[in-house]
Amino acid sequence: MFATAVIVFREVLEAALLIGIIAAATRSVPGRNRWLSGGLIAGLAGAGVVAMFTDTIAAMASGIGQELFNAGVLGIAVVMLAWHSIWMSSHGAELAKQAKKMGGAIRDGQRECSILLVVVGLAVLREGSETVLFLYGISAAETSGSLPMLLGGGIGVLAGIAVGYLIYGGLLRVPMRWFFTATGALVLLLAAGMASQAAHFLIQADMLPSLAAPLWDTSAALPEQSVLGQLLHSLIGYEAKPQGMQVLFYVVALVVIATGMRWAKHLHQFKPQ
Amino acid sequence: MKHISFLPFYSRKLTLSVLGALAIFGSSSALAAEGEYSIVIQDHRFQPAELVVPVGKKIKLRVENRDATPEEFESHDLNREKVIAGKSPATIYIGPLAAGRYRFFGEFNEKTAQGVIIAQ
Repeated sequence: MFATAVIVFREVLEAALLIGIIAAATRSVPGRNRWLSGGLIAGLAGAGVVAMFTDTIAAMASGIGQELFNAGVLGIAVVMLAWHSIWMSSHGAELAKQAKKMGGAIRDGQRECSILLVVVGLAVLREGSETVLFLYGISAAETSGSLPMLLGGGIGVLAGIAVGYLIYGGLLRVPMRWFFTATGALVLLLAAGMASQAAHFLIQADMLPSLAAPLWDTSAALPEQSVLGQLLHSLIGYEAKPQGMQVLFYVVALVVIATGMRWAKHLHQFKPQ
Repeated sequence: MKHISFLPFYSRKLTLSVLGALAIFGSSSALAAEGEYSIVIQDHRFQPAELVVPVGKKIKLRVENRDATPEEFESHDLNREKVIAGKSPATIYIGPLAAGRYRFFGEFNEKTAQGVIIAQ
């Protein structure tokens, strides 16, 4: 039961952190709760479907379908998060100041929210499908009945949600003048971490060279499977033994999105309101 | 690729074109020659549990899961992670490796599913 809880927690953690950060980053966007829960539900449903079709997906593209699928899902999430970051850097502060006064804010907010739905949905889809498979595996093998599994799974899910809620609550306490910088930076690092993970899957599928494997090894100082390592992995894409290509993807994503954010902010400042 | 259409709420066209682009991009590098090795998962154990591979070569690892339940091939040492459905094979590319021992395990059955790849 304990082992089940730990594994489920690890799977849930990444999605929970992402949702916590996104929820905080968009706290002033009108109607965002509806969209976030929409994404969550769609992701859960999708996770069940993906779990069901795991063998079909895996068999695609001569055995590397799973890697392609994961890389594709991550790639789309990176693009969406990039768009979100750039959009927020020009509209975020304004939305917070005049909340519901602008008619345009609602319309823009809707578009922004549909992106959130996709990002949240994809995160839940990816992590959720592995959880479903894992739970299915033990429920099929377990002789002691399904109660310990359900209990363990439940504890894991709740613990994951608790951490997501902690980061959400923590971010809301950040003073307003730092708030958009803080959430903006977190979303940016999330996106860069996802880009690195996408590269990881493509290397595993032998579609990209690793460049250096590993580029560095910090598994003695900070093991990736430790609590802090897991947390940093989910938040900023930390890996103890990253491959060169992953670091390249990470840096490129970081630079491209940050440049986009600066550029959007710059344009916005000169636009008469 | 039928099941892709089950994915909720994002452009199917976009997904397909991303996958398509990846496929084209990857087809060239996949031609590189590499050694091929096989591992079988049965009763939540790896057979062989110890695999010797050459140093400095890219390795194509075929892992066949003969159990009815899914397993996740995972290795912190190799930085690899892959879910393998029940009664299914999977392909994982590793290396080129430096000389050493690289532990791997089945995350879904960690107690029994343990193995090591030795590069020498």
